[in-house]
Amino acid sequence: MRGDPEAHELIAPGTLAAVLALLTENPGQWTPIAGGTELMVAHAGGRLEMKKLVSLWGIAELRFVESRARSFVIGAGTTFGDLRAHAEMAAELPLIAKAASWIGAIANQNRATIGGNLVNGSPAADSSPALLAYDAEVELISGRGTRRVAYSDFHTGYKRNVLAADELMFAIHVPRRFVKHRQYLRKVGPRRAMAIAKVALGATALVEDGVVSEIRLAAASLAPFPTRLYQSEAAVLGRPVSAETIQAARNALLAEARPIDDIRSSAEYRRRVGANLLEEFLLALRREARP
Amino acid sequence: MSGAWPTIHFLVNGQSCAVRAPAMKRLLDVLREDLRLTGTKEGCGEGECGSCSVRMNGELVNSCLVPVLQAEGAEIETVEGLARNGELHPLQRAFLECGGAQCGICTPGMLMAATHLLARNPHPSLAEIREGLAGNLCRCTGFVRIFDSVIAAADSTEARADQAAHAR
Repeated sequence: MRGDPEAHELIAPGTLAAVLALLTENPGQWTPIAGGTELMVAHAGGRLEMKKLVSLWGIAELRFVESRARSFVIGAGTTFGDLRAHAEMAAELPLIAKAASWIGAIANQNRATIGGNLVNGSPAADSSPALLAYDAEVELISGRGTRRVAYSDFHTGYKRNVLAADELMFAIHVPRRFVKHRQYLRKVGPRRAMAIAKVALGATALVEDGVVSEIRLAAASLAPFPTRLYQSEAAVLGRPVSAETIQAARNALLAEARPIDDIRSSAEYRRRVGANLLEEFLLALRREARP
Repeated sequence: MSGAWPTIHFLVNGQSCAVRAPAMKRLLDVLREDLRLTGTKEGCGEGECGSCSVRMNGELVNSCLVPVLQAEGAEIETVEGLARNGELHPLQRAFLECGGAQCGICTPGMLMAATHLLARNPHPSLAEIREGLAGNLCRCTGFVRIFDSVIAAADSTEARADQAAHAR
């Protein structure tokens, strides 16, 4: 059944300070809405539970990409279209632009924001594996000030995160130290556009003196929230990328993955394809590591 | 509740409008019901099909996912704004000539997505046309003729070379 627009209040204070003041005065009562590509779908289906919504759309303080010496800082209100169009960041951190191109299609990318994608916290979130592979941090803001949290610690459960009732996501900080890393990102879904991931894997790794000196592996749809694959990383770290290492990594992934059966895929399919993606990445890493 | 409705001001196809409506009313419904611009269609109502595509401040958006309050001050372009002075837009002519419309429900959205694509990229390749229209579904399976229509309107030599791929 379609949602009733009169059943919801929506206000647009217009500035970040005004939104934060509202959240400070009424913690937990107002739900932020940015481009609406998630909440308006729920509204269309009559499933939008939140009665009070505060618009973040059009707040310029949240929509920016800042190129700093040691990081790119992405405002939470930056759209995926903005991220695809940022040539400097796309050249250096290509996984972010690639993930942005996965979001729906052009009309969705022009409205969906990276902060919305992360705060919504879908296990299948398209931007999450890339940000986890890049060891990103998120900056949270409230009337009390700002704090930074490793993105790998942001999600705490299915659609749960560390945001306090008066906090907003302000920005994502992505370190600029992956130029020499092997970088990988692949999504498996039913079609290229408009599809939600059955499974996705993001990875960055460095091979020095014949052994893997640094590795980050991150998955969508292999757990109740986007997550690093720490045991799979441990199976590879400090070892040469041999057939034995690859097999051990596959086994680790199969052991630590906690996918579900749903309308998009089965847990078993997700587990096996996740292991295949990891193997694809490690084989590429091995080819590159050979002199 | 109507006493609490905000008045929202925006431009639609160059004309200024003021509409009193619930803030959460979808831009799609304001266009169709309040402004009687019924060229913009509703397909899925979930941002999946692109039938309701319009341009907002030069960006292609699904009007079914835009609460009208977020259109305050915006410039909206709908399919009704494509023809000028009784002359069809080149894309509309091309859709007619190439058989790019069958039942017609997807056509306004296809035209807006194609308008947006050509505004950004006047001579797209076939792959770029496919990506530009990837959010727009045609249930008459008329995609090849729709792509042909965009190629014809864009007069893209690169895309014409790709057209052979359709035959496969």
